[in-house]
Amino acid sequence: MSHETTAHNNDSHDDHHAHHPTGLARWVFSTNHKEIGTMYLVFSLIMFLVGGAMALVIRAELFAPGLQLVNPEFFNQMTTMHALVMIFGAVMPAFVGLANWMVPLMIGAPDMALPRMNNWSFWILPFAFTLLLMTLFMPSGGPASGWTLYPPLSLQGGNSLAFVILAIHLMGISSIMGAINIIATILNMRAPGMTLLRMPLFVWTWLITAFLLIAVMPVLAGAVTMLLTDRFFGTSFFNAAGGGDPVLYQHIFWFFGHPEVYILILPAFGIVSEIIPTFSRKRLFGYTSMVYATASIAFLSFIVWAHHMFTVGMPLGAMLFFMYATMVIAVPTGVKIFNWIATMWRGSMTFETPMLFALGFVVLFTIGGLSGLMLAIVPANFQYHDTYFVVAHFHYVLVTGAVFAIMAAVYYWLPKWTGHMYNEKLGKIHFWWSTIWVNVLFFPQHYLGLAGMPRRIPDYAVQFTEFNMISSIGGFMYGFGQLLFVYIIWQCVRGGEKATAQVWEGARGLEWTVPSPAPLHTFDTPPVVDDSVAVHKDELT
Amino acid sequence: MTASTRKKPWQTVIGLTMMAVAMFGFGYLLVPLYDKFCEITGIGGRTADGPVQVELSDEINYDRKVRVQFVSTVNSGLPWRFEPTQRFMDVHPGKLYETMYVAYNRADHPVIAQAVPSVSPGRASLFFNKTECFCFTEQLLGAGESRDMPVRFVVDPNLPERVELVTLSYIIYKNDEATAVLAAVN
Repeated sequence: MSHETTAHNNDSHDDHHAHHPTGLARWVFSTNHKEIGTMYLVFSLIMFLVGGAMALVIRAELFAPGLQLVNPEFFNQMTTMHALVMIFGAVMPAFVGLANWMVPLMIGAPDMALPRMNNWSFWILPFAFTLLLMTLFMPSGGPASGWTLYPPLSLQGGNSLAFVILAIHLMGISSIMGAINIIATILNMRAPGMTLLRMPLFVWTWLITAFLLIAVMPVLAGAVTMLLTDRFFGTSFFNAAGGGDPVLYQHIFWFFGHPEVYILILPAFGIVSEIIPTFSRKRLFGYTSMVYATASIAFLSFIVWAHHMFTVGMPLGAMLFFMYATMVIAVPTGVKIFNWIATMWRGSMTFETPMLFALGFVVLFTIGGLSGLMLAIVPANFQYHDTYFVVAHFHYVLVTGAVFAIMAAVYYWLPKWTGHMYNEKLGKIHFWWSTIWVNVLFFPQHYLGLAGMPRRIPDYAVQFTEFNMISSIGGFMYGFGQLLFVYIIWQCVRGGEKATAQVWEGARGLEWTVPSPAPLHTFDTPPVVDDSVAVHKDELT
Repeated sequence: MTASTRKKPWQTVIGLTMMAVAMFGFGYLLVPLYDKFCEITGIGGRTADGPVQVELSDEINYDRKVRVQFVSTVNSGLPWRFEPTQRFMDVHPGKLYETMYVAYNRADHPVIAQAVPSVSPGRASLFFNKTECFCFTEQLLGAGESRDMPVRFVVDPNLPERVELVTLSYIIYKNDEATAVLAAVN
């Protein structure tokens, strides 16, 4: 940990860019990667709470069979909006926010490559989500066809579809600009000596994720544009009466949709690959294999899309191809999981909150991965398709996967951002509370799905009552528990024990060489990186 | 390593922007690609849009029998009854057959509709040739009018041996625009 070479460059650089607006203008016009990162993270936290409130409406209605609280139309709007808000509003902006904050710090860059575009890509988002959420207050209500917007159903709703599609276009533009910025930063702004294979794994996973974003967000934009013209301008891309084919939409959508699910998880892999070595006080095991595994997963994500739509009817050969290709993804994913475990092997482990969330991630994400393997099996898939088994599967990979990793990242880097240690005791309570209740919430849904309960339905047969009640109780406990997370962050921003520059005893990497809180401007003079500073040094290379 | 690795990002940005634009185009390119793919493989059970020229001099395989089922669905927007007159036919590959669908307009005004065919299993659609079909053109029925609509077809003798049952399905939709034009003219 010889960061003496860099520390003196960065101690008091925060005063020579003095002409800085204050108040609201500071945030609206900010081109600083740290401020924009903070805005992204705050925005995603708000969206997490909005989307969570929608989830609680769903769970409240499903507490008992029959229709009690909301009508089916509104229930369908809640399932659709919950997904859109959580995916595009909570998880993706959280990862972009983390990338904004940490990527320049981790590669020794003074800022993102395109600071003004960075401002723009953030400020599009509040407008996109205003457009999306305002549809709930329109006469025809919000979108109610599921977040996948399958035609013909999505074309039979109200005119609010136009707002939803425009919102998706804006989110796409924001993501693409963010991705371009991140790639441009990583490829052009690295400090001398920061070779590609010395980059921290969070940077690597984000580099690959950004390529996925650029490759598939435009395809989604195309798909929803076709929906728009089918609905309002008389085209027949998906309209069978006019010679179109609704199944085509599913192919285009999932060509976007499957890489999208890796966009939601690859940065999480990166975060966990940073945290586990720190609290194991060892370097990451198998660094190079981690990089190749990430790239393999990204490549495979483009050739498995049809496993989301086995039941539309496709030739046997196609089903076999998509089944085997899907199962192959378990190999690079397994490489990662074994590497994390090998990193911990004989390490001097301690269990601070970020490490607890990272370990929770490894265990619970693996459960989600295994149920994904079950879903890949074609004959089983016919049984599980559109049941609660699928709901349980993707919530294990997205809540206990992506969301747990984001929370781990927040606890891990919060002292660097605020200069204060968070309340460790409350952090641990938050972890255990979340872990217990999230399992009470989602584990019974596996059984519901295997027993045949369909998803996106506000009512159900009485034999599903008990598991739904358990799940709903878990949902409310988990949901309200997240207010503790908000409180812990608030408390940490306001004050607390002063954090050192290195914060964690076992932490390596350039971000820990700058003071805590990280001054507004860092690495104005590039640090020089060699193996002693590099986070990872694969023993094999 | 003394030289800074910080470079001008513009080349990267231009390249990535072009990639995003190209992928938007690729999304649209998937539409003709999908059509072509379905046409070649028969996936989706599509059949030709117009009459197929068949040489009937070819040998008729009297040893082989294939059951052809007829199915119909009326889209909810269309006030018609629309049904096959026969539920199924046992046919010899290579021989020309004719069957009727009967349509009846329950509305008190003329309606124009379009039937869309589909053949299942998908790979059989490549061997199911229609020489005449009401689905090749739009159909106009006056108020309360009823009509028998013929389909003539030949099952290609090259139909894979494993296929013993072919289903010909029609979904019939109202052509809203043409019906509205018709109402305006009257």
